[in-house]
Amino acid sequence: MGKTLFEKVWDAHVVTEVKDGPSILYIDKQLIHEVTSPQAFAGLGKRGIGVFRPERTLATPDHNVPTKGQALPIKEELSRKQVDTLTDNCNKYGVTLFGLGHPSQGVVHVVGPETGTTLPGMTIVCGDSHTSTHGAFGSIAFGIGTSEVEQVLATQCLMQSKPKTMKIEINGTLGKGVTSKDIVLYVISKISAAGGTGYFLEFCGTAITSLTMEARMTICNMSIEMGARGGMIAPDETTFNYIKGREFAPKGDKWEAAVAYWKTLYSDADATFDRVLSYDAADIEPMITYGTNPGMGIKVSGSIPSIEQVEESNKLTFNKALEYMGFKEGEKIAGKQVNWVFLGSCTNGRIEDLRTFANFVKGKKKAANINALIVPGSKQVERQAIAEGIDKVLADAGFELREPGCSACLAMNEDRVPKGEYCVSTSNRNFEGRQGPGARTLLVSPLTAAAIAVSGKIVDVREFMN
Amino acid sequence: MEKFTTIQSTIVPLPIEDVDTDQIIPARFLKATTKEGFGQNLFRDWRYNEDNTPKADFVMNDPRYSGKVLVAGKNFGCGSSREHAAWAIGDAGFRVVVSSFFADIFRGNALNNGILPVQVSDAFLAEIFSAVNANNKMELIVDLQNQFIQIAGTEKKESFAINEYKKTCLINGYDDIDYVLSQKDKIEAYEKSSKYLSFVS
Repeated sequence: MGKTLFEKVWDAHVVTEVKDGPSILYIDKQLIHEVTSPQAFAGLGKRGIGVFRPERTLATPDHNVPTKGQALPIKEELSRKQVDTLTDNCNKYGVTLFGLGHPSQGVVHVVGPETGTTLPGMTIVCGDSHTSTHGAFGSIAFGIGTSEVEQVLATQCLMQSKPKTMKIEINGTLGKGVTSKDIVLYVISKISAAGGTGYFLEFCGTAITSLTMEARMTICNMSIEMGARGGMIAPDETTFNYIKGREFAPKGDKWEAAVAYWKTLYSDADATFDRVLSYDAADIEPMITYGTNPGMGIKVSGSIPSIEQVEESNKLTFNKALEYMGFKEGEKIAGKQVNWVFLGSCTNGRIEDLRTFANFVKGKKKAANINALIVPGSKQVERQAIAEGIDKVLADAGFELREPGCSACLAMNEDRVPKGEYCVSTSNRNFEGRQGPGARTLLVSPLTAAAIAVSGKIVDVREFMN
Repeated sequence: MEKFTTIQSTIVPLPIEDVDTDQIIPARFLKATTKEGFGQNLFRDWRYNEDNTPKADFVMNDPRYSGKVLVAGKNFGCGSSREHAAWAIGDAGFRVVVSSFFADIFRGNALNNGILPVQVSDAFLAEIFSAVNANNKMELIVDLQNQFIQIAGTEKKESFAINEYKKTCLINGYDDIDYVLSQKDKIEAYEKSSKYLSFVS
């Protein structure tokens, strides 16, 4: 019987299996950042051991870093201490660090792909749930806890039980104003924030294979928002063209050998999945979330569900979410005033996202009530944006390009949305308080964010396209 | 890691679904470089007002409820991979979390910190909530060795599943790292055959 893409990559990384237990999986690359690694390094110290394969780990600070004045010392003491601790640990254990000021620093899941660190067929882990991003290259990539970060530092391996597999097939052509972010918000709204738990996903179908790598990464990034540890897309010419020539990509004969291997990484026609879902791209419209988990999504043109549409056990949670958001059941979402816009994060902080936003706002003006945080995903993205004049287009429209970091996605730095304010965000989570205590987050695509940024209220981007 | 034995305890009920790790421990409290002290910020924004006074309507501030067992709605621990969520729950004195569904990463993080996630049926979860509504001093018995959970003083019990390997680890207080470190020769042998390593090194 044939194998799925997931099984091919998994099987190629099993070192050994524990009787009646998990497999020991070899990890090709671990990415680390300042928030979830200090206790792991401290754990090594307590055990009196070192990092087993320091060259197989790459570090960059992102969660805590300011997005203005990065050349200056970090003002917030605890943030500075975490970033300094990462630097100290990398120096002590010989781990490569793209620190603040380094030309490759950025959000860890933006840095991996753009430096050619992320390649098809790899196993990649990071103490961050959005590690699923790297699955867009056909790698098994998933987030882990700090005990597991320590395990990988100590052994370059991870004990893991094999998850079930789910195929999510989306065929057809996307409509006007519909992007990959809308695809993934649509799927999550269909299967809920827990619908993928226990599974590793594979996204396929013509609506997926026609996407760029940046757009594919947005989809795989949000696999975790349906509960799946990861989501993969089979590598193809789009993948190879993206990787070729990047800093750490294989070169010469090794490139040829690598591509030959990568071309074997697809789900065989007779492979079986534990679950298969199919959607038609034509059914997908620009999406927005109205509640406090990413499964609570609707069409921008649609209405918030009514209480009768909600399952009995979920009613308390639904009402709590609407109370937090200040919305009423059954009401239209379009037309509501929004005062904050965040463009950035590992979901939508790539050059293509900045281009989309800039192209839309070019020649228009930021609405007077809007406070915008426009944050590139990395120094590379920032340099590219400036080279393309995106910073000037943004400035002419009343926006400012900041410096790279996770920023208002999780508000660990100063970039926060005030209590009670609505923020349309291109990030991945609309949990209570995610963008600051009391902040109300509505997840959207960069294109929809741009339309709202110039409108000052929730609007269907397609109204601008006639 | 502390060994896990049978636990009998009163419970703290939280009948909310999709409790995410940002609620368990908000990101602004993740700036520590040690594992200790997260319990005081467990459920911070549900538990305290902005001026740090307790919110009277949150269960952890209700003197009727306390115990080593947290019982929560479906899909507990979704969201981020932050192990700080498990550290906060453990630091606040919980050894067991009961729900009808757990997010994967949280489940693993809990097990790696000696906290047992017990997955029960929706029906049993509803039984627990109604039992604690009737009697806030109601106790749950969680027997890991025999893999069952029971409402004390009643016949209401259910078995739960756990990976055999993880069960052994919890009962004996072992962790994964000791085990994997013992497999170094196999890891080194694997590296010689790795396709990926042949392309990049």
